[in-house]
Amino acid sequence: MHEVIVDIAQILASTLRLSTPLILCAMAGLFSERAGVVDIGLEGKLLMGAFAAAAVASLTGSPWLGLLAGILAGMAMALVHAFACITHRGDQIVSGVAINILASGLTVVMGIAIFSQGGQSPPLSREERFLPITLPFADALRGVPILGPIYADLISGQNLLVYVALLSVPLAVVVLFATSFGLRLRAVGEAPEAVDSAGYSVAWLRYRAVLIAGLLCGMGGAYLSIAHGGGFVREMSAGKGYIALAALIFGKWRPVPTLFACLLFGVLESSASRLSGVSLPLVGAIPVDVVLLAPYVLTVVLLAGFFGRAIPPRALSVPYVKDR
Amino acid sequence: MTPPAVRLTAISKRFGAVQANDAVDLTVAAGAIHGIIGENGAGKSTLVSILSGHYTADSGEIALFGKPVKLATSADAIALGIGMVHQHFMLVPNFTVLENLMLGLAKAPFLAESRADVRERLARIEEDYGLSVDPDMVVERLPVGLQQRVEIIKALIGGGRILILDEPTGVLTPDETDRLFESLKVLKSKGVTILLITHKLREIMAITDTVSVMRRGRMVAHTATADTDRASLAELMVGRSVELVTNTRSRAAGEVALAVRDLSAEDETGKGRLHAISFDLRAGEIVGVAGVAGNGQSELLAVLAGLTPPSGGSFAFAGRTVSAAAPADPHLMRRLGLAHVPEDRRREGLVMAFQMLENAVLGYLRFARGARRWLLEKRRMRERCDGLMRRFDVRPPDPRLRAAGFSGGNQQKLVLAREHGAAPTVLLVGQPTRGVDIGAIEFIHRELLALRDKGCAILLVSVELDEILALSDRVMAMNAGRIVGILDAADADRQSVGLMMAGVDRAANSDRAAMGRAGMGHAGMGHAAGDER
Amino acid sequence: MSAAPLPRWADVVVIPAINLVLAFLVAGAVVAIIGENPWRAFLVMIEGAFVYPGSLGYTLYYATNFIFTGLAVAVAYHARLFNIGGEGQAAIGGLGIALVCLALDPYLPGVLVIPIAIAAAALFGAGWAFLPGFLQATRGSHVVITTIMFNFIAAGVLVSLLTGPLIRPGQSTPQTRNIAEGATLPKVHEILRAMGFDAASSPLNLSLLFALVAAVGVWVLVWRTPFGYRLRTLGESEPAARYAGVAVPRTIVIAMMISGALAGMMAINDVLGAQEKLVLNFTAGYGFTGIAVALMGRGHPVGIVMASLLFGALYQGGAELSFEFRTIDREMVLVIQGLIILFSGALAYMFEAPLSRLLSRRGRRAVHA
Repeated sequence: MHEVIVDIAQILASTLRLSTPLILCAMAGLFSERAGVVDIGLEGKLLMGAFAAAAVASLTGSPWLGLLAGILAGMAMALVHAFACITHRGDQIVSGVAINILASGLTVVMGIAIFSQGGQSPPLSREERFLPITLPFADALRGVPILGPIYADLISGQNLLVYVALLSVPLAVVVLFATSFGLRLRAVGEAPEAVDSAGYSVAWLRYRAVLIAGLLCGMGGAYLSIAHGGGFVREMSAGKGYIALAALIFGKWRPVPTLFACLLFGVLESSASRLSGVSLPLVGAIPVDVVLLAPYVLTVVLLAGFFGRAIPPRALSVPYVKDR
Repeated sequence: MTPPAVRLTAISKRFGAVQANDAVDLTVAAGAIHGIIGENGAGKSTLVSILSGHYTADSGEIALFGKPVKLATSADAIALGIGMVHQHFMLVPNFTVLENLMLGLAKAPFLAESRADVRERLARIEEDYGLSVDPDMVVERLPVGLQQRVEIIKALIGGGRILILDEPTGVLTPDETDRLFESLKVLKSKGVTILLITHKLREIMAITDTVSVMRRGRMVAHTATADTDRASLAELMVGRSVELVTNTRSRAAGEVALAVRDLSAEDETGKGRLHAISFDLRAGEIVGVAGVAGNGQSELLAVLAGLTPPSGGSFAFAGRTVSAAAPADPHLMRRLGLAHVPEDRRREGLVMAFQMLENAVLGYLRFARGARRWLLEKRRMRERCDGLMRRFDVRPPDPRLRAAGFSGGNQQKLVLAREHGAAPTVLLVGQPTRGVDIGAIEFIHRELLALRDKGCAILLVSVELDEILALSDRVMAMNAGRIVGILDAADADRQSVGLMMAGVDRAANSDRAAMGRAGMGHAGMGHAAGDER
Repeated sequence: MSAAPLPRWADVVVIPAINLVLAFLVAGAVVAIIGENPWRAFLVMIEGAFVYPGSLGYTLYYATNFIFTGLAVAVAYHARLFNIGGEGQAAIGGLGIALVCLALDPYLPGVLVIPIAIAAAALFGAGWAFLPGFLQATRGSHVVITTIMFNFIAAGVLVSLLTGPLIRPGQSTPQTRNIAEGATLPKVHEILRAMGFDAASSPLNLSLLFALVAAVGVWVLVWRTPFGYRLRTLGESEPAARYAGVAVPRTIVIAMMISGALAGMMAINDVLGAQEKLVLNFTAGYGFTGIAVALMGRGHPVGIVMASLLFGALYQGGAELSFEFRTIDREMVLVIQGLIILFSGALAYMFEAPLSRLLSRRGRRAVHA
């Protein structure tokens, strides 16, 4: 019994670790898309954040400066997106694709220019990274039945940024639904003309939403390269930005369901390696690939409306044109 | 003497090549209801958009209550007490009334701090002006009249002293319009200055104290309403005396061309939009469908054109019966001889980015196919478009120009020309003169009557009751997806049709003769039904 | 809104040129920041793309890929469908070729296998685009998201198959066995040598011809057929399309399938022409490059062929960069590609209003003079 609990706690812990970048990116997408700006560029911002964080952490030796750099890089990409989509009313999907490709190229080009290691950063030492934080009494309590392993292996022993990601969800709830900024941000994604006529700038609201998205993605990137991982590797975002986007749609653009979608996709990823080779009755051996593809397949199925309709914000992807 | 609430001096505004406002002056006395009237595109909306801070004037001065002001943004105007009720509501449909009000009012970072304050203000508005609305209702569930009330409250709740209403009655029933006007009179009595923008002469005469007339971006007259009348206002609007078409019928209606029986339709959500509609449309007659926008007229056109399938009942046309079991499509209907001038010419009737020669075959690719049927021939398309443009005097007569480059009137002429060119036996017409200048209106009206005289059966849908009354041989009023009654043109006047539009089947109560023709009181089938029995 | 529409020459030539120059300037700035000379890098790329023996062949080989994927994006985009799934559709197209060739080349002569394989590429690509199109048409799920998901699924499918049932026996590289010699497309240098010309080796093969034929075909389809008319009507205004009697769901599905077929045919160039076997990740991002190509070419086949040449040169010349410079990699090409998508796609109209004002001011002055 105790071992099963330990096992479960460990699976959940690894789920949490794998979900963290998804949660940060999905919350990023939440802010942007609730304000009416499609964010297909989560992937690119995540990658840029990862690179900048690792590069600066490696050059300065400080994970904190690395985190800051990751955030700034994410926000810089977000600013490009905002400039194209809000100021110049460009196609939001095209802009997102551009950002993703740009990030793919820039990270490698800059990586080679700075480190000459084929696009990677040097491996980061422990001092240059965010390490798991052991909460008080974690080891002492491990023996306590049921709650012990949950506290020691799941709640304790996570990275700072894991806690930040989990906190970002209630924070998003409060900002979006309990502040006047959030009210206007949501309004701008539904009926921007109403916000405009009430005397608030649609562009500035959307800029802020997109920049928040950049900030969160940058954090997610930093988590990948200087917390979860020990350095930057080419294409290390590996589609996580897209999965986060899928989670956002899966969560129907609401923070808490989106969190659960991220955790679901995280569970699939963390269980994939454990399930591979496991033989189930009737089904036979489960190929890893199939489990890994589940988020994509699930998203397609959801979008097809089989789990109830996901209704996007009304003004999503529509540039605001002041018109008669 | 108190200074005027609004004084505009030499306001000019240009959009590209269009001079929307040209040195416009306007003075509105405090506490008055002032009307601004003009045709579509005369520059009324631009002018009040400048006054509400939505646009910035290229030049000119604005003074409120004697003090010169700068209005760079909507926020500036709101802060100075200018509230605007737009033609298209500026509400977030899936927010509650309270949330919509807080959009402009919540200044504190957290909503909780503002909520009580906004509720209190709302109560005060109700007390002061008698405008009440449930703050916790989601806006999209409110009837249109109440949504408009929310807009008016929004304009006043921040301390608005000047209320601008841009074409406020377009979406209202005559009854709702009367109620709106009552509210406006109350507001006036409390000292609110009101600017009413409209193109309807009747409204100006009914409620305003003073009136200004705009034409082609210029202010052409200011006068006290009591000192003028509809005819002279109309003349000022158009710049010449208006010659309204008169519907003189050359011959009696012929065979039944379109027989509609118990026709019902639903929208995508399964909500009923049309309920057991029955009527006959005969060759050589115009049946006008009167109703406030959103009462099923659009759905009726869509079903008859084959765009949406009926959910119940049927209609018979050209030897074919269309029903839920045997639905039609627009392609089939066109082939059978039904043409359709859609209500929304800019989204449906034309492809704005297409050249006119391409638009000239929209829905009629058969006129564009060459000898090899799988190819389109540009030359044939151009020739066809040339012919249509000449026949309907579309200007400029260049088939290679894109639709977006034409004025509303010329766009509409091309659509009508295209549908006319298919020699239909039945023509469905939706809002034929919306956003069309007066010259083109006359032209379009005359062409519709001529087509009728040639034996075409025409179903005319319009929210302009005056247009319906001017053109129709019979008037059918719709309310909430039902036919309230059908009147002969001789029996139809503003009052009787207006009541029917509001859902009151006056024909059933007082007008026995009309009732007999309308098929025993219930949603009438028109006099043709009787002949068939 | 505030400015008059641009004359056609400005819209077709000047605006794309400005956007292209801007993309190169920013890319040049990146090179300068890295500490290299952008002008020298540019020359190296030009030389690498056109001058070295065989380089032109490589440039045209890459261009062939981009013509296919660019046309694929463009066809869907005329119906305002954003097919980001070219990558996955090409991969599955390659799978189609591999399955046909592996199954048939021992038994049938090449002249029969090749057309079947080409048809399979188109069919498999179309098939992979069918579901996203069908779901958009009938259930309203957005093709952008579904095609992204289908890219990942396609990649997963190929990994499974190429590490499993399709792997060349006795090997660990994820690729199939070679296709029989007679069942592959002849390379251009082989043809030229057979005709007695001296030609450097390159992967350029007959697929280029197919690509050019496809470009002409797309032009006819979009601008000269009733289907193309309906496609463009749907793209400009769905209400107008419905009004005109266009069967909207069917048109969406067909548009996506044609798009997918074109993307799938990209695989001809690589699997049937250059590599002569199915290799994992042979699509190498060409599907995404198709987006840049289609945007730069403004959806018109002539523009797409020209943009493909440009990108072909970039890819080939970019490969040269890593040999010449210690600090620049061919990923620089991705940077340029991203910038081109940004400037000629998302920021396409940044210069429209200023240019229009400039032109009309000059026009007015001319009138006064």
